[in-house]
Amino acid sequence: MNPRGHAYGSIAFIERNFALIKRYIGWELVFLTYNVVNALAIGLIGATMGKDKVLYLVIGAMVWGFLSILFHEISESIAWERWEGTIEYTFMAPISRFVHLIGNCLHAVAYGVVRSTIILLILVVFFGISVEGANLPALFVIFVVSGLSFVGLGLVAAILPLLSTEKGAYATHIFEAVLLLISGVYYEITVLPVWIRPLSYISPATYTLRAMRAALLDGASFSELLPTILLLLAIGFVLIPLGMLVFKQAEYYAKKTGKLKRSG
Amino acid sequence: MNIAVQCEELAKTFEKKNRVIALDRVSFTVEKHEIFGIVGPNGSGKSTLIRILSTLLIPDTGWARIFGHDVVRQYGRVRPCINRVSVDAAFFKGISAWENLRYAARLYGLSSGVAKERTLEILDRLGFERKRYYEPLEDLSRGMQQKVAIARAFFTAPMLLLLDEPTTGLDPRSKLDVQEYVRRSMNQDGLTIILTTHDMHEAESLCDRVAIIINGRFVTMGKPSELLARYKKNNLEEVFLEVTGREWKEIEYES
Ligand SMILES: Nc1ncnc2c1ncn2[C@@H]1O[C@H](COP(=O)(O)OP(=O)(O)O)[C@@H](O)[C@H]1O
Ligand SMILES: [Mg+2]
Repeated sequence: MNPRGHAYGSIAFIERNFALIKRYIGWELVFLTYNVVNALAIGLIGATMGKDKVLYLVIGAMVWGFLSILFHEISESIAWERWEGTIEYTFMAPISRFVHLIGNCLHAVAYGVVRSTIILLILVVFFGISVEGANLPALFVIFVVSGLSFVGLGLVAAILPLLSTEKGAYATHIFEAVLLLISGVYYEITVLPVWIRPLSYISPATYTLRAMRAALLDGASFSELLPTILLLLAIGFVLIPLGMLVFKQAEYYAKKTGKLKRSG
Repeated sequence: MNIAVQCEELAKTFEKKNRVIALDRVSFTVEKHEIFGIVGPNGSGKSTLIRILSTLLIPDTGWARIFGHDVVRQYGRVRPCINRVSVDAAFFKGISAWENLRYAARLYGLSSGVAKERTLEILDRLGFERKRYYEPLEDLSRGMQQKVAIARAFFTAPMLLLLDEPTTGLDPRSKLDVQEYVRRSMNQDGLTIILTTHDMHEAESLCDRVAIIINGRFVTMGKPSELLARYKKNNLEEVFLEVTGREWKEIEYES
């Protein structure tokens, strides 16, 4: 296929996923409402503890909202194809797995950015948040580099629904929940029991949150944030190719053992 | 070279709770511009064979080539040449035929304009009402969904079509529409079809050659007229009884 064909290829997934969102727009509004209310409630808990806690918690809600969407959407788009049985048609099409997965990732990023922006705007207005003295350009850089690492995690996790429609979905949800627990989304990881803490250090969300809070609450400079930014970048650069590689292996295994079949 | 598909000693076993030999050393050749039929009861290995040819399943032993390309090692060369219809119309059921077909078009590097033009033309010929093109697929009958599946397979202009029980479970009207479409599409240059079916009459009337498969093995193969002559029978059901020792009607009933 020529380059134009490949471009069409990755558009396929973005277009299709947005068609599905449009179709189930009611649910979209339900989830968005739920997310907004959840973030507001968490911010309000902060309000009872003193004004400076509000932003601390709101950052947690924001970052987690964004990262969990990235992770979730990528594995979900594979899970959805498994449920519908269309995965066989996608797999037998003359499109490389790379283009396929990149398409799903691009969708996840676009979707995550749109949703997170909506939630952010509502939060800013509701709490009258002022970000004076904060390092705003750093905020965008951190979003981008942590986004890469979570796209990588999503790709690795996408092999679970590929290999088992139902158990794979269970596993990705549990994995997501564990990430929420260990990454210090709403608290410092130092409050975690000692035996859990090592896990915190392998979650990219831990570094994202730390850097985001440093940039927004303490106005940390780029040179102070650089080590964390580079670390997140490195995680992304390792996990994304690794995810693609593992996915290709899983595809081979599925084709060897007949796991792609749903019925017929 | 006039060969479209060549299979040699293809075998596939699945390990589930117990071992299932789905395909047992199957060999055959399909020439270009031929409709090759595979008839057999449920669970006889038809879909397994189709999946191997579709590059979706890797055989344990043996090999298959499509237009000279190995389906396992050269799947990248095979995929642009083929398309498939399966017995279950696998679609994103919540979105419309158009949205599903546009998705398929992108996967084959076709623009949405070309996709719309070609699929509407195919659907017209299949007697599909145009206004339903934009309705969610879950609101369409099984027959209509299957017509969309036919359009999805044909509009990418494949050289080899793998039709896996395209008419099973369809209402009689849709079944005729689909059969008629397949018959007429053979006037297209260079099209080759492998069609699996439950329906002996369909095999006899539609296919240039037919293989009977049971328990993963081809038990006989040839032009329908040749098979009737060889076994001195009046129809394929009698041939089936002769070569398998089982009554086709009974097997149909069991499944
Ligand atoms: N992916 C699979 N995993 C496990 N068993 C399978 C798989 N595909 C087919 N089988 C088994 O292999 C046998 C042949 O199935 P199949 O090729 O689907 O037959 P047909 O299409 O003729 O009905 C059946 O016993 C079926 O249960
Ligand atoms: Mg079958």
